[in-house]
Amino acid sequence: MTKEECKQLVLEIIADIAPDEDISDVKSDVALREQLELDSMDFLDIVMEIRKKYGIEVPEDDYPQLESLDSSAEYLTPKFNSVKA
Amino acid sequence: MSGLAAGIRLAHFNRNVLILERHNVPGGLNSFYSFDGRKFDVGLHAVTNYVRPGVKGTPLGKLFRQLRIDRDEFDLSEQAGSKVAFPGVELRFTNDFEVFESEVARAFPQQIDNFQSFLKMIREYNELDLNQPAQSARKITAQYISDPVLEEMIYCPVMYYGSARENDMDFSQFVIMFKSLFFEGFARPYDGVRKIIRVLIKKYRTLGGLRKMKCGVKQIICRESRVKELILDNGVNITADHVLSSIGLVETLRLCDDKEKDTEETNVGRLSFVETINILNKQPRELGWEDTIIFFNDWDRFDYSEPDALVDPRSGVICMPNNYLYANEKELEEGVLRVTSLANFKRWTTLPEEEYQEQKKLWHNVLADKAMSFLSPLKGQSLEDLTVYVDMFTPRTIEKYTGHLGGAVYGAPNKSRNGLTHLDNLYLCGTDQGFLGIIGAMLSGISMANLHILKKEARR
Repeated sequence: MTKEECKQLVLEIIADIAPDEDISDVKSDVALREQLELDSMDFLDIVMEIRKKYGIEVPEDDYPQLESLDSSAEYLTPKFNSVKA
Repeated sequence: MSGLAAGIRLAHFNRNVLILERHNVPGGLNSFYSFDGRKFDVGLHAVTNYVRPGVKGTPLGKLFRQLRIDRDEFDLSEQAGSKVAFPGVELRFTNDFEVFESEVARAFPQQIDNFQSFLKMIREYNELDLNQPAQSARKITAQYISDPVLEEMIYCPVMYYGSARENDMDFSQFVIMFKSLFFEGFARPYDGVRKIIRVLIKKYRTLGGLRKMKCGVKQIICRESRVKELILDNGVNITADHVLSSIGLVETLRLCDDKEKDTEETNVGRLSFVETINILNKQPRELGWEDTIIFFNDWDRFDYSEPDALVDPRSGVICMPNNYLYANEKELEEGVLRVTSLANFKRWTTLPEEEYQEQKKLWHNVLADKAMSFLSPLKGQSLEDLTVYVDMFTPRTIEKYTGHLGGAVYGAPNKSRNGLTHLDNLYLCGTDQGFLGIIGAMLSGISMANLHILKKEARR
């Protein structure tokens, strides 16, 4: 999986959790919270959906890694690739 | 309702969930019934916390996101307009907060600056923080509002729609209610509360959640600070990793085999209600009755406490569910007039049957007359002429169907905000966790499932 594909998966999850948000114009390098109305409940759901859909665990200490799409891809892509392998 | 919301969250994340319900109808404190072919709501006057589509960051939006439910499914229509009516002064409000603000400015011109500072403080307060210290709402309010009439006019709706405490509230509960009634607003599905319950059940079932109706929990067997097993009404024992109880704080503790049967006696709620229902052969609007809800008080002071008499008719709530702005100007089939006032649980539940029926009739008439004094007068006919059917519930009815001790609709005066109990895997949700109203109930189930089950497991 490439980092671009990983970003796409994260965006799909956000669209699922917050269908009332417009995600067509999300900038990769800017914090998600600054662009979208996401609260701590929504962030918990992003983590939970990643776990549910892809079996990837994100420990609580690592939540800050999901701050932006770029940082999420940086953090999650190796995890996706090691699950696949 | 909180249990269903918690169940949806847990089932969505692939937990095996079983919801146990003692009654044969789902919904708990917000339920419904049918009688002689007519459908009635039990609790619902209004879905509070209503905001229009696109308004984000409020409880309603959080709820739809967390439950993965589309807001259209709830079929919410906004109120026409409501008011607080006290002797010689009225404050109207709608789902546009400016209306209430301008009403306060009109009726209490000397208080408007105080009121504005009060609003600012409320806006900035995080009432959903589970670690907020307990504080007297009255004391805080009095620091801002110096006219007792205005203060009581604010407290009348806030208390009637959620206070488990007499004449005061915990401040964070006050803020939850204030925001949900005034900053946000009232709405209702055309089909009433059953619409919402149907949506929740369908969602829960689709996710694989199981329900067992007419099967309550008889006892909680505790060992080493944990729930070892539950004994059900039908004698079956079941075990679970986590147990989430929505039956109330005292009610839950009293099921535990390591607690006395009279545990937490002082935390049994004292506030119960009667509600009268008149089904009318006209739409209220045709009679000039256009308000959705009227919170009334006709005494010198507003007294929100357990009455000595069977009913305290000095204050109450009049609700006309016809007066919502339903899509395509659809009207409810019949007119409905509901009147709620405070009632004394002990007195109602110790009446011999015959007298109970007599007192119901008597107080129905008293409350009907009271309601009429707040509604435009009828021309040449009486309420009786217009009424095709009546019903009434009392504290006895409430305890019978909800299991809430003392018929206390809003539960225990001291809440368990974090939902924790003396047992590691037993948590509370619903009224006694302390988020109020229908949306609050569902958010309570969601928050407690998140906090105690999903988050905890995610951490492992």
